[in-house]
Amino acid sequence: MKRPRVDTEANHRLVTRRAAILGGVQLAFVGALGARMQFLQVDQADQFRLLAEENRINIRLIPPSRGEIFDRNGVPLARNVPSYRIVIVREDANDVEEVVQELSKLVSLDPGEVQRAMAEMKRSAPFLPITFADEVSWEDLSRVSVNAPALPGVTPEVGLSRVYPLGSDYAHVLGYVGPVSDYDLERIEDPDQLLRIPRFQIGKVGVEAKVEENLRGKAGARRVEVNAAGRVMRELDRQEGIAGSDMQLTIDAKLQSYVQARLSGESASAVVMDVRSGDLMAIASAPTFDPNLFVRGISSRDYKALTKNKYRPLASKTVQGTYPPGSTFKMITAMAALEAGLIGPDETVYCPGHLTVSGRRFHCWKRAGHGWVDLETSLKRSCDVYYYDLAVKVGIEKITAMANRFGLGERHDIPMSAVARGLTPTKDWKRSVHDQSWVVGDTVNASIGQGFMLASPLQLAVMTARLASGMAVKPRLIKTIDGIEQPSGAGESLGMNENNLRKMRRAMYAVVNDRRGTAYGSRIIEDAVRMAGKTGTSQVRNITAAERRAGVVRNEDLPWERRDHALFVNFAPYDEPKYAVAVVVEHGGGGSKAAAPIARDVTLQALYDGEPPLDAYPTKDRGRIETQQQVLRGIQPVANISGRDQA
Amino acid sequence: MSYLEYTVKHVPTGPRKILFLNWPLALLLAAVAGVGFLMLYSVAGGSFSPWAEPQMKRFALGFVLMLIVAMVPIWFWRSMAGVAYLTSLLLLVAVEFFGSVGMGAQRWIDLGFMRLQPSELMKITLVMMLAAYYDWLPIARKSRPFWVLLPVVLILIPVALVLRQPDLGTSILLLAAGGGLMFLAGVHWAYFAAVIAAAAGLITTVFQSRGTEWQLLKDYQYRRIDTFLDPASDPLGAGYHITQSKIALGSGGWTGRGFMQGTQSRLNFLPEKHTDFIFTTLAEEFGFIGAFSLLALYALIILFCVASALTNKDRFSSLLTLGIALNFFLFFAVNMSMVMGLAPVVGVPLPLVSYGGSAMLVVMLAFGFAQSAHVHRPRQGH
Repeated sequence: MKRPRVDTEANHRLVTRRAAILGGVQLAFVGALGARMQFLQVDQADQFRLLAEENRINIRLIPPSRGEIFDRNGVPLARNVPSYRIVIVREDANDVEEVVQELSKLVSLDPGEVQRAMAEMKRSAPFLPITFADEVSWEDLSRVSVNAPALPGVTPEVGLSRVYPLGSDYAHVLGYVGPVSDYDLERIEDPDQLLRIPRFQIGKVGVEAKVEENLRGKAGARRVEVNAAGRVMRELDRQEGIAGSDMQLTIDAKLQSYVQARLSGESASAVVMDVRSGDLMAIASAPTFDPNLFVRGISSRDYKALTKNKYRPLASKTVQGTYPPGSTFKMITAMAALEAGLIGPDETVYCPGHLTVSGRRFHCWKRAGHGWVDLETSLKRSCDVYYYDLAVKVGIEKITAMANRFGLGERHDIPMSAVARGLTPTKDWKRSVHDQSWVVGDTVNASIGQGFMLASPLQLAVMTARLASGMAVKPRLIKTIDGIEQPSGAGESLGMNENNLRKMRRAMYAVVNDRRGTAYGSRIIEDAVRMAGKTGTSQVRNITAAERRAGVVRNEDLPWERRDHALFVNFAPYDEPKYAVAVVVEHGGGGSKAAAPIARDVTLQALYDGEPPLDAYPTKDRGRIETQQQVLRGIQPVANISGRDQA
Repeated sequence: MSYLEYTVKHVPTGPRKILFLNWPLALLLAAVAGVGFLMLYSVAGGSFSPWAEPQMKRFALGFVLMLIVAMVPIWFWRSMAGVAYLTSLLLLVAVEFFGSVGMGAQRWIDLGFMRLQPSELMKITLVMMLAAYYDWLPIARKSRPFWVLLPVVLILIPVALVLRQPDLGTSILLLAAGGGLMFLAGVHWAYFAAVIAAAAGLITTVFQSRGTEWQLLKDYQYRRIDTFLDPASDPLGAGYHITQSKIALGSGGWTGRGFMQGTQSRLNFLPEKHTDFIFTTLAEEFGFIGAFSLLALYALIILFCVASALTNKDRFSSLLTLGIALNFFLFFAVNMSMVMGLAPVVGVPLPLVSYGGSAMLVVMLAFGFAQSAHVHRPRQGH
């Protein structure tokens, strides 16, 4: 074994010197490390602390529960019920395929949905729950829960889903909700963060869409600590959201259900409105559809069936449908003439069955003519020639202005989708749209609500309410929001001569109650609640001279699309008007036959709050009414939905 | 002092040797390892498994190894230097053929009970070999070109092999340790000036070669350098490690977020939190005070080694101890620079603190040699 040698003094000094240099360099480097440490940890500590917090803290939104909607008496129309989803967490499931196989024995799984979920699972982090079945029934869920030990990684999740207990009765009023789509997001400027939550439901049409802001509420937030992979480690704090506002509609659920049922089988719509407050008591369009289908995501087959249906169940005909008002417009023409002082007392017009205006012959619906008619008779028997004569004297400007004062040609402000403006034509309008100058024939057509004139059932109801009350009443659909009464639709006086209005009302009374009135068949015989109204039959085709010579073809012999629209407007009771009603039966034929009976039934239903006595009906109708009432009550849906409310 | 004045009888013999150990150094090593246990316990979420417990066992084993090595006279180790160097070289070659691939590089040989990283071993044996070389070489010859070229070859062979794995970090460390030892041995400074100038030229060339057919480094190595120069350019990709590491460090502040309260490490924002990036956890949880204390402990270890080396009149012992200290310095300096965003992420662990068996044992082995040198240092007769 060698002994250690001792180095020479000189060399040791050299090594020491070199070591000192290298040591110095090392020391300098340690100093630099220390300085860097100080820079990061002391000088920039605040900034990095902030970044660390940003890293670890995530804000998760808590969706608020959507405001519920009730009728004027508190009957629930739109509710939130717990909805169950089945989710699978990959890292807990071990073999996902096997678990899905087991699950499918208990719950019917949609193969397409499973395929989508599997694909989603492959893309996502292993700890994220993936939905395999949505809107699972309570029974299915129980089966899954009982078998939980055999289904690792499978968990039920509870959310809230929208349900419309009265279903199709409110499809057009309430509309429906659905998951936010990319299209929705595009349309909204600066969308609420809530809308980014997958499957978050927003109103798509109707009240649900129009008062979305009130119904939605404010999101709550959870601050959670997440790890680098995004897994939530714990909740730091939470702030509950603010639930959306509950609201009450002016609709009376009992009446609405009745009206909807009464209209079934027709392509029709009806509006019942309080003549003073403007409250819409019922606003029904038939045929209808079940909005609950849309909430769950409608199948393309069902959707196709709805869009292909020629009766257009998706259209909200009360506000969206515009029709030539036909003879129901005659009150406006008459009011324009009366207010202009163009109808003297006891002034009569001779009706030979037609009137020639500037070389063109305009026919009365009754080819034989009505003979000498005054204002009341003209309305009662719906003589056209009388109004042709007035039209020439009054002129389109006054007629249109009067129509506008009665709410025609105005987009009424109610929270439903696609509320139509209708059309009250003017000379300027015709020139700009049709590039033709107004001719007197146009005025003649307009005077009986034909030609360019278009009105929606809602507008006709408003018109009738204004006639009945003399007030500029506006329709109102929302009664309360969060228990706060919304502004009433009651308006100022129309500022019209009360005598003139009274004349019109008396004439309308005669239409229904005079033996020769066009709606005599649909009268109410109970004196306290007698009604006044006006029939209307609006043509959807031109009757050519040749046709007229051959004898006008009867409506029943025409294909459905070419038949006349049947209209009826009325108010009741005559002495102290309460409700105004407008009924339009698309291609229903004559107003007196197709629309007036419906309007009468609806009016009585409204006046007696659902229990009209048979005595109020004319004797010959009672048998029919009795069976009809029984049938309709039988098909009125029960305002409740299974046991899920309590679940 | 002349060779004849040296008397061997003052060198302690038998079990008494243990009293002549460099105990302050041993205690410092234990203290640093203790910091490591604490941090491994913390990053495991307050648990001795899976890291703290095995690490403690390995340190105990390493400490015993150090003592055993220290008991063996330093002149025996000097005589073994050549054998050790050749063995390491053979292992490096072997890893080419039988090595396991980890992180895209062939680095270790699985011995069953532990994974041996020959490049780690090489750091020590290279220093030993060079120390022995300069101990043997007559002083007058050490700056002659041939006698300079010889150690350069001894350095470049393992460097080339490690670079082939490819492990850029370790090959640079080997180069630095070897060069450092030649500098300490007293090779004329002009050689170093020439090499540094050449290196500067080479670095320029390496960057010039980028994207050409004769590209010298792999793409990922270039990208790491890019990321180092501007980590913010790719905060979710390549720069993620450095960015997260700096956030962890910075958020520690003066006193840290508290033991086991570091969110960056606990929530896995830090990569490799139990190995290469363990320093950031320390800095996050114990702040500037904690991090600086560890730096001070490392500095003290270097200081004690240098003091031991300079009081040692044996040339081999002196050079070996200085070389080991330099190695150790490079080890922690590169790691700390890396996690603090001062150097590219090259995959160098923090000595004695990072989880890892092979590195721990090699470090303790190295300090065993330093202790042996300390125990068996020549003493003047009284």
